[in-house]
Amino acid sequence: MAVLSYIQAVTEALKEEMKRDDKVFILGEDVGPKGGVFRATDGLYEEFGEERVLDTPLAESAIAGVGIGAAMYGMRPVAEMQFADFIMPAVNQIISEAAKTRYRSNNDWNCPITIRAPYGGGVHGALYHSQSIEAMFANVPGLKIVMPSTPYDVKGLLKASIRDEDPVLFLEHKKAYRLVKGEVPDEEYTLPIGKADVKKEGNDVTVISYGLCLHLALQAAEKLEKEGFSVHVLDLRTVYPLDKEAIEEAASKTGKVLLITEDNKEGSVMGEVAAIIAERCLFDLDAPVQRLAGPDVPAMPYAPPLEKEFMIDLDTIESAIRDLAEF
Amino acid sequence: MAVKHEQLGLSDEDVLLMYEKMLLARKIDERLWLLNRAGKIPFVVSCQGQEAAQVGAAMALDTEIDYVLPYYRDVGIVLSFGMTCEELMLFSFARAGDPNSGGRQMPGHFGQKKNRIVTSSSPVTTQVPHAVGIALAAKMEKKDFVTLVTFGEGSSNQGDFHEGLNFAGVHNLPVIFLCENNQYAISVPLDKQLACERVSDRAAGYGMPGITVDGNDPLAVYEAVKQAADRARDGEGPSLIETTFYRFTPHSSDDDDSTYRSKEEVEEAKKNDPLRTFASYLKDAQILTEENENAMNKKITEVIDEATDAAEQAPYADPSSIYKYVYAEKDGDN
Repeated sequence: MAVLSYIQAVTEALKEEMKRDDKVFILGEDVGPKGGVFRATDGLYEEFGEERVLDTPLAESAIAGVGIGAAMYGMRPVAEMQFADFIMPAVNQIISEAAKTRYRSNNDWNCPITIRAPYGGGVHGALYHSQSIEAMFANVPGLKIVMPSTPYDVKGLLKASIRDEDPVLFLEHKKAYRLVKGEVPDEEYTLPIGKADVKKEGNDVTVISYGLCLHLALQAAEKLEKEGFSVHVLDLRTVYPLDKEAIEEAASKTGKVLLITEDNKEGSVMGEVAAIIAERCLFDLDAPVQRLAGPDVPAMPYAPPLEKEFMIDLDTIESAIRDLAEF
Repeated sequence: MAVKHEQLGLSDEDVLLMYEKMLLARKIDERLWLLNRAGKIPFVVSCQGQEAAQVGAAMALDTEIDYVLPYYRDVGIVLSFGMTCEELMLFSFARAGDPNSGGRQMPGHFGQKKNRIVTSSSPVTTQVPHAVGIALAAKMEKKDFVTLVTFGEGSSNQGDFHEGLNFAGVHNLPVIFLCENNQYAISVPLDKQLACERVSDRAAGYGMPGITVDGNDPLAVYEAVKQAADRARDGEGPSLIETTFYRFTPHSSDDDDSTYRSKEEVEEAKKNDPLRTFASYLKDAQILTEENENAMNKKITEVIDEATDAAEQAPYADPSSIYKYVYAEKDGDN
């Protein structure tokens, strides 16, 4: 077992898949000699050459659209959006094209593209380098949205996304890139898309989260454990389509549920998680479902105190769990 | 005078086939309007006036290996790439046997993998970057095919047109961008669409040749597309070809074109109807005779009658099938 950072797991997954299948290639802005603005494609240009690590013109709809065309032909493109915030010009290509290719052609064509994008805040990125964008895509059947929290999940799920026969939006928390480290097996593995993962067993309160917030939830759980509260933590890992069985099971287990996302609260994927719980196991609950999320302001501001006000912190999570436990 | 096709290396049989395909496209379209007005099919979007450009372009390609990304008027192109009249009728009747979509899409949204006709949607111009992606795959895989993508002149204003052409120019890809300029984007005329004179002027910005040809002349279009295909196969990169003609019908069966253009304008344009002008070229060359013209008309009528009957009697897809093919299914779909 090697210890990798979150971003090293991205790079390793890309490298292994490019070695395994010569139809896998990368396209995006600055992915070539520079190795990406976050260095996610570091060393790949040198190893695989210009044709498979393609620096594109600065035009997101073309990055997605050209990738979609190549995927329909039978290639395995991995398109990089430099920041999730900049995916907006490509939305038509992703929603009208990639997500509907199989359905509209009655299974004649398919579109096995992976679109990677760094999302999330806490890095002084201000309004347009900090957003969570998953909710905008989480009502689009035909698309899958993967948002891993650990290097182990990153590697296994990115490899699975590249091998998937359908389009996957793979969202990486940019603050996690170097902050989060973890053990990754040396041997080859993939993880199933669409499956949530219990990151910690517990009996008093269930926390459901994903991405960077998941780590805050685990830290809070560990702290509260010492006070005698047993916290169950479920990592969604895939936010569309959701793992409804795992959500029901986790919610029913403790009857007290806290949902945490960094996204703006209203309309976030956590509203759907709450609806699944209400539909499937309302009468197993012992307290109202609680949500912690970003505020309903357009995006997070630049100045440090303002950014901090937007982000969810450990204390807030801790007290929300304690309140639920004592309800 | 009828030496032009010979200079292009086309035989008398080739040009007769060219005309037959144009005529078949026109006659299918005319039948679709009758079926629509009779209340049998909900929607028609027409190829009338554009058949010469479509068939001329398709015949300049290798329909055994090349890829095509047609737009919604390209009946002449899909017929040339192997879609049958009956398949087009199944599409218009939205029947289960429609190879484009199994009755899921509106007519005109072509796609048939076995003939390398790439599936398409309704937001215009999204197909342009897809064509560039397929051409990129050809270059990466060292394959000899070229990719042709078509679109209207209105589409040449979309970002995907500019992003796609630029990408293809930068990476020198084997793709042909064929603009079918029918003078109207639904109701908006050309002078409200373009600030430059021609769509082909835009090629200069993307480092590729751009030409405008008479889209009523299938031989002129054939020649231009042939040259572009040869360039692409020789590794010389993309081309933009603008074909000009006039849209004879309203935008679709739901449009009333009298609100934005006069009957006189339409009648004037029909004097250059490519079916009429190409027929007279072939008659002058004694390639099209009264005898083979009658036989051709008879055959086409029979084919369309049979296709219409077969499609009308064919079943719809089962309602429960709407849940299928959102994602790959477990039993090994592609």
